[in-house]
Amino acid sequence: MNLVRSRRDEAWAVLQTVLDPEVPALSLVELGIVRELREDADGGFTVVLTPTYSGCPATELIETEVRTALQDFQPLRIEQRRSPAWTTDWIGPEAREKLRQYGIAPPSGTAAVTQPLRLHESIPCPRCGSAKSERLSAFGSTACKALYRCTACREPFEYFKPI
Amino acid sequence: MGAMKLSNTHTQRYLLRIADAALILSQRNSEWCGHGPILEEDLAQANMALDLLGQARALLTHAGAADGLDEDQLAMLRLEHQFLNPVLFELPHAVDGRRPGDFAFTVVRNFLTAAWFNLLWTKLLDSCDTELAAIAEKSLKEARYHLQHSADWCVRLGDGTADSQVRMQAALERAWPYLGELFEGDEVDAAAEAEKLGPSWASLQAEWRALVEPVLAQATLKLPKDRPNAHRGRHGAHSEHLGHLLSDLQYLQRAYPGGTW
Repeated sequence: MNLVRSRRDEAWAVLQTVLDPEVPALSLVELGIVRELREDADGGFTVVLTPTYSGCPATELIETEVRTALQDFQPLRIEQRRSPAWTTDWIGPEAREKLRQYGIAPPSGTAAVTQPLRLHESIPCPRCGSAKSERLSAFGSTACKALYRCTACREPFEYFKPI
Repeated sequence: MGAMKLSNTHTQRYLLRIADAALILSQRNSEWCGHGPILEEDLAQANMALDLLGQARALLTHAGAADGLDEDQLAMLRLEHQFLNPVLFELPHAVDGRRPGDFAFTVVRNFLTAAWFNLLWTKLLDSCDTELAAIAEKSLKEARYHLQHSADWCVRLGDGTADSQVRMQAALERAWPYLGELFEGDEVDAAAEAEKLGPSWASLQAEWRALVEPVLAQATLKLPKDRPNAHRGRHGAHSEHLGHLLSDLQYLQRAYPGGTW
């Protein structure tokens, strides 16, 4: 059994602790924002990030937080990669459950690519579990969320839009 | 300080036309921030304006790279005649220019232009310019939400009360004469098409009509009469409104040159 962790494993472990500034229930890794971590020939590391939305105001902050978290892994390079475009399909089942427990309804199903886009009229409530809710607003406090209200417990909640 | 020097190649002009359409519409729609007719629309307009701003930033960065200019220099320091957006994008929300303006016009313009952006981004996925294709891939996802949202509002207000119907029809009549500029080909388009950079804008018209006409019909709005295009914003000839918009957008960089935070 190899008990010695590689430098890359250590860097990856650190990256998994960096939370998204707008959805602090999930790490940047769980959200799929960290696309790649490479150990370079000079012993440094390259982190490849992808922006969620074109205008996401957290993009620069995320880069700074990664830089700070990995300050012991120099020389550190950060690349922004736009393609393939970020999708909520990269948020795994465990991360979706964490979102729900945090009070944000996770994206339902996979992101539509070709069909006409429809925001679901009813999303299961992340608080009481009722299947019935109503859409209040297609846009919420951030570009990635819509606002719903549960018709059973009457609590409003945010819904992470599939994209 | 003289006007910024741009290489003005066909490629750069093709990119700037799209970048400026997104930038100027973003600036216009953000005028609703804090003034939306309802809170939900205040949020929606601000969110969609932010998407457009992000798209514009990516395109400006790309368009300026050849001249060593960054997104901020292009957005904040170009003069009026150096902006290449079609005139439709710069029109104020209200005929008399009063702010925040006529929400019917906002809805109509957002719908007509979101349909156009959707088609444009879709075609740009096949661009030989990999950076442009990547920007299109990302932008298309956002533009689809914009199209859905503005189409919903078109139907709700068009097929709404007698008053909202009249206002939506008037807004459509006001926007229509400016649409020709979105579907006119010229030497810049021809070059883009030949080099597989992107589609000639003229080639988008038939699909655009197929996309918007069913929604306008559902909204009980009548199609206005087509007229030959009389607008040349893509060549830098703008309406009186762009200068006023830029005086807002560029104020800080003009007052405090080079200022950052």
